[in-house]
Amino acid sequence: MMTTLTLKDVSRWFGNVVAVNDVTMSIGPGITGLLGPNGAGKSTVINMLGGFLPPSTGSVELDGAAVWKNPDVYRAIGLVPEREAVYDFLTGWEFVLLNAELHGLPDPGEATRRALATVEMEYAQQRKVGDYSKGMKQRVKMASALVHDPAVLLLDEPFNGMDPRQRLHLMELLRRMGADGRTVLFSSHILEEVEQLASQIEVIVAGRHAASGDYREIRRLMTDRPHQYTISSSDDRALAAALIADGCTASVSLDSKEQVLRLEASQFLNFAELLPRVSRDAGIRLYQVTPADESLESVFSYLVQA
Amino acid sequence: MNNTIIRLTARAMLGGRRLYLLLGLALLFLALATLLRLFAEFGTSDATEFIQAVSLGALLPLFGLIVGTGAIAPEIDDGSVVYLLAKPVSRHTIVRSKLVVAVITTVTFAAVPTFLASVIMVGGSSGIALGFGAGALVAGAVYSAVFLLLAIATRQAVIFGLVYALLWESVVGGFVPGAQVLSVQQWALSVTESIASPGAVSANVSLGAALVLIVAVFAAATWYAGERLRVLTLAGEE
Repeated sequence: MMTTLTLKDVSRWFGNVVAVNDVTMSIGPGITGLLGPNGAGKSTVINMLGGFLPPSTGSVELDGAAVWKNPDVYRAIGLVPEREAVYDFLTGWEFVLLNAELHGLPDPGEATRRALATVEMEYAQQRKVGDYSKGMKQRVKMASALVHDPAVLLLDEPFNGMDPRQRLHLMELLRRMGADGRTVLFSSHILEEVEQLASQIEVIVAGRHAASGDYREIRRLMTDRPHQYTISSSDDRALAAALIADGCTASVSLDSKEQVLRLEASQFLNFAELLPRVSRDAGIRLYQVTPADESLESVFSYLVQA
Repeated sequence: MNNTIIRLTARAMLGGRRLYLLLGLALLFLALATLLRLFAEFGTSDATEFIQAVSLGALLPLFGLIVGTGAIAPEIDDGSVVYLLAKPVSRHTIVRSKLVVAVITTVTFAAVPTFLASVIMVGGSSGIALGFGAGALVAGAVYSAVFLLLAIATRQAVIFGLVYALLWESVVGGFVPGAQVLSVQQWALSVTESIASPGAVSANVSLGAALVLIVAVFAAATWYAGERLRVLTLAGEE
């Protein structure tokens, strides 16, 4: 069961807005995390991989077969959409059975039983899906995607709205799927989530494929960038001089209007040790140290420039 | 056709308030027919005019709209249709399965009541009741197919459907002779005319043309709905 999804030179635009810009990637067996801030184009990529959106240019293929307008690919794909809506009037059992029957499985009842057991939802299978909590819905959606034992699993923001316990449970489940040799792709805007789970990470920022690699590589890219801080201290001018002398800062500027020091550290880890040492040696008291660019977006946009 | 989709669609279609709406409208129509029969001095021509106006003119386009769009529009709106589409099932099969449910529902709640109302008002012997029943059946089938297509092709299916039913069918179709050739109501009436006793009703479209148009529009709408479903995109919520 070796299955590979490939995007080749894929762009997708909606009117004048470019959602995905010339992305080429290949997603093989194991767990891949699609990481990026909200609105970066993750869902657009997943929709194209799931056959619900044609690329404007380029090709999206599953083992060499085009995904768009090719319902046969769904024999190999299990899809967990981000939207919560399912057929609320069905019970959990009926909903998963519906999916099993639509796949034309030889024994849909047995497949349904197995899928519900995998996500540990047997206890609620006779209740209406409409009465499920968000986490329960996510699990029954997962069961519906697993019912035909697919080689590929596509999940759009599967951890959204889950409590920590449900999150752990789903992670454990996805790990098992990955270990089985399935191709699992999930999207998330939270680095820690992706890091804990994915052996391979693809970073998407503003529609572009910003980085690709294992989590160590991505983590290094994210921490090695210059970090910006705003500092106020008992003597900003003296601190600036001491920091420049030490050479660990890329730039320092005094903001006399707001009475703060703005600086850019060239290396995150060194600077974290350097700043307290330098200020102590110079006899300067630090009042406030604020990272100026710690939002995920700025971390990502640094990656795009890199 | 796919039995699983037929069962699912039937449950979705008749599980909620829609059932009561359809049932209520059908019973209202029958009650009106009974009251007119009992208390009004109605000749046969008055009765056929009434049935034509209320059933073919209003009930069927309205039911076709409710049922044709109801067979798929809610699923497309909330995104749950993805569970049907992400399956190795031809999209044409999905459309045909949904259409079967829509047609059966329209026939049950509009064509059968039309036949019964006609029996109540003019009796069963002259062929008028059977004629209206048959006319309502074909109109119901065509409307179901057209509005199912509309529901797949646009998110504003109900608005377009209402404009069509109200403006085209009743105003334009009623008064502009050229437009009557393209009026489902006139096609249905032509079928009614061919079955009812001579002179009971008169349509402005010949039976041959009507039958060709009925079959052509039904088949084309069904096929095109499948094509549109093949390229249905579910844009992300980003």
